Amino acid sequence: MSDAAAMQSPWQTARIVRIEKRTPRVTSFFFQPSRPFIYRAGQHVDVRLTAPDGYQARRSYSIASAPETNGAIELAIEKLDDGEVSPFFHEVAAIGDEIELRGPLGGHFVWPDGGSGPLLLVGGGSGVVPLMSMVRHRAAHSSTVPVVLVFSARVWDEVIFRDELIALDDRRDGFDLVLTLTREAARRPADYARRVDVAMIAQALARLPEATGIAFVCGSNAFVSAAAQALIDAGVAAENIRTERYGV
Amino acid sequence: MVTRGFSSGRRPPTDGDARIPPGQYLEQGFPVLSAGPTPRVPTEDWSFTLKHGPRPIKKWNWAEFNALPLTKMTRDIHCVTAWTKFDTPWQGVLVDDILADAGLEPPTGFTLAHAFDGYTTNVPVKDLTAGKAMVALLYEGKPITPDHGGPARLLVPHLYFWKSAKWLNGLQFTMRDEPGFWELRGYHIYGDPWREQRYTDDP
Repeated sequence: MSDAAAMQSPWQTARIVRIEKRTPRVTSFFFQPSRPFIYRAGQHVDVRLTAPDGYQARRSYSIASAPETNGAIELAIEKLDDGEVSPFFHEVAAIGDEIELRGPLGGHFVWPDGGSGPLLLVGGGSGVVPLMSMVRHRAAHSSTVPVVLVFSARVWDEVIFRDELIALDDRRDGFDLVLTLTREAARRPADYARRVDVAMIAQALARLPEATGIAFVCGSNAFVSAAAQALIDAGVAAENIRTERYGV
Repeated sequence: MVTRGFSSGRRPPTDGDARIPPGQYLEQGFPVLSAGPTPRVPTEDWSFTLKHGPRPIKKWNWAEFNALPLTKMTRDIHCVTAWTKFDTPWQGVLVDDILADAGLEPPTGFTLAHAFDGYTTNVPVKDLTAGKAMVALLYEGKPITPDHGGPARLLVPHLYFWKSAKWLNGLQFTMRDEPGFWELRGYHIYGDPWREQRYTDDP
């Protein structure tokens, strides 16, 4: 936060260099910025599209890649049927296209940020995206900070970054993945098949060797409201819970 | 720069277009954004404190505050995340009426609004007085829900909506224009949607 005054985030053009379908509704677009782009895990960018008549649409998207990743920035974009920017990416955007983006933005939902201590991450659906940047950041610099990610998705095939998360979980290096599916049976022995609740959060906290430092919660407003309340009921202090909410 | 393959979402011009600031889109819903969990403040625990620097000038409890004159304000609001919502109907106590009840002329040109969750945001006095801003108590005629900042939130509709602090519990006059929570984290010190003052380095 102390670097806010020095924060510069002009618009720049970035070229789409890779497109990767993650789930039926989420596709990752990799953008190569034209200027140096230094960011922290958890930050987002603004994307701006301009029509020939000058009409512009802008939206914010969280960054999924780790700050250590040289080169392209990954944005995992969920297609919203009534949207005007996400359908453009899913239906029109192609490798080689130039898109205007601005960032990095946001100075609160970022890790690390001062304090140390174990981390509890709770994501619903595409709310996992900024948390993925944190998980990848941890792996990229071989951090030993204990981290539990509780990730709620509707079904197994909508678990964004599933193979990568399970591979990181399998390392048993202090990163724990807890999946919960709300519309399907659990696939892995320790996973759940229900909405995030107090008991689930208490069990997730019990996987950490000591009390959590900061907890990050991201998803739809309904998800974040319920999950943040579950954290408070499980004993996490409200001032240690950082939230980011999507949409209506 | 024209984006290849992006066709205009622009509809035939309507009277409403002039009400949408640059870079904003019209939203029918009422999205909820906040930096932390939603505090639930019972009205019996609620209070509002007016301060000059560290010094409390006057403190009201819920009943005392609700006895102040109630004013209706229906305004368009603009969130920095790019949504604009037309004609949001609020009722509350004008900052002018709060100052009058305290018998206070603004002692400085700047304020920090404070909230129950520790949130702060800075607003110049000239943007709070002369009927421009209120402490809102009702939305659509009903108590403001916790999600939207109830029991009471600041309403400064002509600035980006992060200035309209939720869960308000005080207003503090400051000697200087002191940045608040988001202003310390990359957001603009003033936040005029018509000048698109979103981030720190916007002119």
